Amino acid sequence: MDILKMTAVELSAAIKDRKTTAVEAARASLERIAEKEEQYHCYLTIDRQGVLKQAEEVQMRIEKGELTGPLAGVPMAVKDNLCTAGMLTTCASRILENFVPPYSAEAVLRLQKAGAVMIGKTNMDEFAMGSTTETSAFGETKNPWNPAHVPGGSSGGSAAAVAAGECFYALGSDTGGSIRQPASFCGVVGMKPTYGTVSRYGLIAYGSSLDQIGPLAKDVTDCAAILESIAFHDEKDSTSIERHDTDFTLALSENVKGMRIGVPNDYFGEGLDEEVGDAVLRAAKRLEEKGAIVEKFDLSLVDYAIPAYYTIAAAEASSNLERFDGMKYGYRTKDYDGLHSLYKRTRSEGFGEEVKRRIMLGSFVLSSGYYDAYYLKALKVKALIKKAFDDAFSKYDVILGPAAPTTAPKLGESLADPIKMYLGDIYTIAVNLAGLPGISVPCGLDSAGLPIGLQLIGDCFQEKKLIRAAYTYEKARGAFPAADVGGGIAAGRKEGV
Amino acid sequence: MAKEYETVIGLEVHVELATKTKIFCGCPTAFGGEPNTHTCPVCTGMPGSLPVLNKQVLEYAISVGIATNCEITRYGRFDRKNYFYPDNPQNYQISQLYLPICRNGGVEIETKEGGKKIVGIHEIHMEEDAGKLLHDDWENCSLVDYNRSGVPLIEIVSEPDMRNAEEVIAYLEKLRLIIQYLGVSDCKLQEGSMRADVNLSVREKGAASFGTRTEMKNLNSFKAIMRAIEGERERQIDLLEEGKEVIQETRRWDDVKGESYAMRSKEDAQDYRYFPDPDLVPIVVSDEMLEELKSRQPEFRTAKMARYREEYGIPDYDIEMITGTKRMADLFEETTALCGQPKKVSNWLMGETMRLMKEKDVDAEDLRFSPENLAKLIALVDSKAINGQSAKEVFEVMFEQDIEPERYVEEKGLKTVHDESALLKAVEEVLAGNPQSVADYRGGKEKALGFLVGQTMKAMKGKAEPGMVNRLLREKLSQPE
Amino acid sequence: MANIIDDDTIEYVSILAKLELSEEEREQAKKDMGRMLDYIDKLGELDTEGVEPMTHVFPVQNVFREDIVTNSDTREELLANAPEQRDGMFVVPKTV
Repeated sequence: MDILKMTAVELSAAIKDRKTTAVEAARASLERIAEKEEQYHCYLTIDRQGVLKQAEEVQMRIEKGELTGPLAGVPMAVKDNLCTAGMLTTCASRILENFVPPYSAEAVLRLQKAGAVMIGKTNMDEFAMGSTTETSAFGETKNPWNPAHVPGGSSGGSAAAVAAGECFYALGSDTGGSIRQPASFCGVVGMKPTYGTVSRYGLIAYGSSLDQIGPLAKDVTDCAAILESIAFHDEKDSTSIERHDTDFTLALSENVKGMRIGVPNDYFGEGLDEEVGDAVLRAAKRLEEKGAIVEKFDLSLVDYAIPAYYTIAAAEASSNLERFDGMKYGYRTKDYDGLHSLYKRTRSEGFGEEVKRRIMLGSFVLSSGYYDAYYLKALKVKALIKKAFDDAFSKYDVILGPAAPTTAPKLGESLADPIKMYLGDIYTIAVNLAGLPGISVPCGLDSAGLPIGLQLIGDCFQEKKLIRAAYTYEKARGAFPAADVGGGIAAGRKEGV
Repeated sequence: MAKEYETVIGLEVHVELATKTKIFCGCPTAFGGEPNTHTCPVCTGMPGSLPVLNKQVLEYAISVGIATNCEITRYGRFDRKNYFYPDNPQNYQISQLYLPICRNGGVEIETKEGGKKIVGIHEIHMEEDAGKLLHDDWENCSLVDYNRSGVPLIEIVSEPDMRNAEEVIAYLEKLRLIIQYLGVSDCKLQEGSMRADVNLSVREKGAASFGTRTEMKNLNSFKAIMRAIEGERERQIDLLEEGKEVIQETRRWDDVKGESYAMRSKEDAQDYRYFPDPDLVPIVVSDEMLEELKSRQPEFRTAKMARYREEYGIPDYDIEMITGTKRMADLFEETTALCGQPKKVSNWLMGETMRLMKEKDVDAEDLRFSPENLAKLIALVDSKAINGQSAKEVFEVMFEQDIEPERYVEEKGLKTVHDESALLKAVEEVLAGNPQSVADYRGGKEKALGFLVGQTMKAMKGKAEPGMVNRLLREKLSQPE
Repeated sequence: MANIIDDDTIEYVSILAKLELSEEEREQAKKDMGRMLDYIDKLGELDTEGVEPMTHVFPVQNVFREDIVTNSDTREELLANAPEQRDGMFVVPKTV
């Protein structure tokens, strides 16, 4: 029995069936980490001592019958922008290099209550600003499918850790595609729920109106189970929504008969890699074969999502990141002369280039004289984009397209041209602006053997439709190859995909 | 010929709301905790923390809006005001710019000429207070205490409708009275629960447009406000007379030096980049909520005065004084309800209470004695259990620590002696010891009786009932020798 | 490039954002911001006359807490991360 090949739900069932234990699972993960972490660098913090202790405790509680959920005993990882009590939480930034929060994010607490064994904190783009995990202040993460490539971002560490078997699932956050795009690049399933479904309390904010926490996992079933655990109405988060339909695992059924699936022509235009486009359309075909009604349509406004997003996200980020000032926690410059010098030096030394770029842009678009022209305009465009989706969802249950225009680029290719990098978010970003749920499911490999992600987008609160479609597709597709973390070339074949 | 100038003044008044908890978290607002002990991740700007609005803050803000004749904003929001300062842990303050909760109101004040005038209220908005900075000159550093960070405030922004310091004070007193009556704040300037920033400009009399205004901060007494207005008016006129320009800026008033100085530095761009706070959701004030809050408005001063005239039959002057503060009016009504003697209650409040307040510099808000104990004290006097002099003595102690008067009288042995034989004995002794006075009285010098009464009271250690002493003395003196 | 960001603007923005830029970073920032603004100017192509700016995607409103004290003293935890502290307070450069 190879524990590491199991999904989270399979593993938890095996533990409950006494075929293995939480401790064995944790050990297996640690062994894989010992083998591979040096090469991939998925983690920023690993709780080597704590993991086994946690696992022992969880095992005991499973045996006593106290923990019965589908994720009990499963080792997992948490993106480093989610606060974890007593464990370093850095946002991959020098400015928080020594920050140990006294509290945990609500999403983390929910999983711990469900019997999660937390291995550690995963690498990410600094403050989730980036699409490659290369903006991390603590070194980039490499794609387990091919270490010369990026894992995507910003939740790149989480995606890579799942793909590499260094954990069974991970939490990520998605502000403009930060779960779905790395999931796509790393051949795992990643889901961003409807805005307000998972409490943001304890998530270190980037763009507060766009941020949402979600799972990265090995398959759709795991995703549904994780989301079911973390979705709840939290009184500590004013934007948290009270929902009564969060029993997402009930939607795990192979049934898309009559489901109306819209394929936006706008998602298959210029800039899309041909192999990616083909794989995604093949996936659409599969769903059609299963009884879905697949139709092409014009979503419109796609090109406006990125400029609107960067205006809004940068504006919110410029304000959200003001609290990092060297006064109360985190990094403080050694050499300063007075208050403002302390602020400026601390922040200049503490933040990386991409973060500075966005907070300067954000400060500018909110500044006197520009607010209406930029910020307010972007909020109006956001309203139009939401309207375009409303129109689409009056005709379709689900929108289908690629998660990203290409497969994972090589390390070091993306940061030179920020705007080109931003364009990589073109299919994911509008979903955040409109607060919609989206899921990325592996749907093939390109000729270089790198995974391709299929993105399904639902109307708000329609996660169940998404899960049903994704699950049906996953079953029709068959087993997806795993990254060959033994080294060498990824083991993927186009056949069977 | 010297030009004549007119001063134009608008006020930004911050009022700390008397809620139990802070505006966006469940930390207590109570004064007096050790530094940073009334804090949590939210009010110290810890990463990942999120604000949730205290409903009481909204209700208080709307109540003030209703009482000051404002329109209540039915769809409101919070905005972030971004600026870096160590007392502001997030480096943005959650406030309201675009959709403040109340707008377009006003209150009536009396001008010094005796006329009436409306001072317009531009808006009232809700916001959070900052922490406190302590300065250590020795170590050349400042220390930050976030206990006050996140304490709820409303900012009441007036129209530039005031023309002199007297109007400013009248306006502030009116606001204070309304807010105290609402029970929304104690409005103490000295303690900072009410703070006023003064926006002031001058213009030539008759000019159509306003001059350039400055904003003055750090005014923590009525006196400081009056002095600052006078000082700033003169400073601006001097500038204009010299042909210089007034610069729009924020100035800090130094009440010790009696002058203000500009607070602006190169690093303060004063560009607050307000935008709607994405962490908080819109506020929608329903008809029901508004009606409910309207129905909960208390009886304000004018109505109270009319009712007092009708109900209690006490002098207009007393009514005026007693309704001058909510606390005094409450004390009056509650004590009267207990003892049913409005005039006597009024006498205690108008007399001893006010005298001691003045002597000990105590605000009505800080009065400690309870209506129950005042009622008991009145009963003790009524029943002649103690005499007036003793009652004053007891009251003075009550004023300090709200003691139970019956027990105090008992303990201190202040009860009037009603035993006629004991008193008679004292009277006889006094008469025997003061033959000259006895002779004087008998010789027609009525005044001599006063002396004898005093001597008898002294012999009784003050515990005799003066009427009885009088009667016994007269009886004895009228008897043949 | 339609948007030319001059030195004064970058200086102003760095005061707002509290950043200190080297000469090299400043030049790069001018270029980057100009390019980003050119890109954002694309939004100007859309007619948004009469469109209400959308701050919140969902009509969630009136989320309140009751006025009840729920927090206890956690000063030690709060100060554990402070770069410098004394007497239960954060030490910062002199502000006056």
